[in-house]
Amino acid sequence: MERDDLIVNDSYALNAHHSEEQGVTIRKKIYLVTVILSVITAIEVGMGVMFKRSEAFTWTAIKWTFIVLTLFKAGYIVMTFMHLGDERKNLRNAVIIPYFVFILYLIFIAITEGLAHYGMDLMFH
Amino acid sequence: MAGHAQAEVSKEVLWGGGQSPFGVTYGKMMMWYFLVSDALTFGGLLIAYAFWRASSVDAWPIGEQVFRALPGLEGEYPLAYVALMTFILIVSSVTMVLAVEAGHRNDRSGVLKWMGLTIIGGFFFLGSQAWEWSHFIHGGGGFFNLAKEVTISTPDGGTMTMEAGDRVYMDHHFGHLMEMHLQDPVGVPLTDDGGHVVLTELGEHPHEAHLHSLKVNKYIENETLVEGDDVMKLWNARSENFGFGAPIPGLGADWGGINHSEYATQQGYTNFFFFITGFHGFHVFSGVIINIVIFFMVLNRVMERRKHYEMVEKVGLYWHFVDLVWVFVFTFFYLI
Repeated sequence: MERDDLIVNDSYALNAHHSEEQGVTIRKKIYLVTVILSVITAIEVGMGVMFKRSEAFTWTAIKWTFIVLTLFKAGYIVMTFMHLGDERKNLRNAVIIPYFVFILYLIFIAITEGLAHYGMDLMFH
Repeated sequence: MAGHAQAEVSKEVLWGGGQSPFGVTYGKMMMWYFLVSDALTFGGLLIAYAFWRASSVDAWPIGEQVFRALPGLEGEYPLAYVALMTFILIVSSVTMVLAVEAGHRNDRSGVLKWMGLTIIGGFFFLGSQAWEWSHFIHGGGGFFNLAKEVTISTPDGGTMTMEAGDRVYMDHHFGHLMEMHLQDPVGVPLTDDGGHVVLTELGEHPHEAHLHSLKVNKYIENETLVEGDDVMKLWNARSENFGFGAPIPGLGADWGGINHSEYATQQGYTNFFFFITGFHGFHVFSGVIINIVIFFMVLNRVMERRKHYEMVEKVGLYWHFVDLVWVFVFTFFYLI
């Protein structure tokens, strides 16, 4: 049986093999992302050791810095290591959009409901 | 459609059948769909943790205060061990992507080399996690303030009393060696040699608690004097109850400005920590197993006969996903 997915003229299709030159370019990208991931992790650990949790506004800023750095790391892993960035746009969107729609809703509802008792406190005091 | 100037439509975006609109094989597409569903599982677990934490009115453990032990070393190294674990996983992710890259060039020996290193990295991560779990389950690790007065008797019949508020360092490696360093509230050792209390070899001498020449055999528990063997029995009972960083019997923990044992009061933290890192560790374990299977397939030239290394790419996707999950676990359990 002829396989329909082999016809595609794509750099990551089964029948397309990378040349040595392409390999050099791809490896360069991999090493660059390795350095980026290591540096971000080092910054995160340094910040985690330096700053103590508190009620102050600065902690909120640090917390969001952690989250943004994490999302950067996640982006590099997914787009380069899993080379979703090199896949076709329709596959990329089919993976990312449904996930984020669902997960953002879940985060919103869980945090809202989780913090509901603070609202109750205000009501009864 | 005669008469119309028809635009050239790329066949790649047509969904009429006969070709793969995503430009990937069925297997790879299904791997992506599986990863989306698995990511939803992990997302759900981490969000449940966030919900629990947001709805908790009690104090919450402080990440860098919890994760600060290194194997075989005394003292505090906040986040050092987990940073090492994170780095091991990132490096193994890099070796995996290099294996995939070698596969795209039909470089069999390259695939074998990088996959072998990935498998070794996976085992290193699993070993690190095993040590971390063991360390937490057996308790200890950190400074405690004495909540109550403790009486320590010396073999020559003398006694030594430690007052409430005195600082005690407690460490515990692999359940074999338990060390206690007695210090006054500002951290000055109480005895010349650092006040080393060694509660050694729990397996062989379960009820012995030596303080060099001194012996810890008395303390006040709920206003009742506890002596001799009961000291260690109580300790063991407490350890079982709290599981995670249990406080010393008769001593309250005062860590990070929170006025009671953080672990003992936050069962939710303990549960989520062990469930999520355990579930992740299970993924790492299955990833290592699948990696080994594919490694032997490459070794037996299965991929050469197939003329492509897509299996390496698919297990690579799974392996990177495991790394991706760890990035989030690291942030939400250890940093925030």
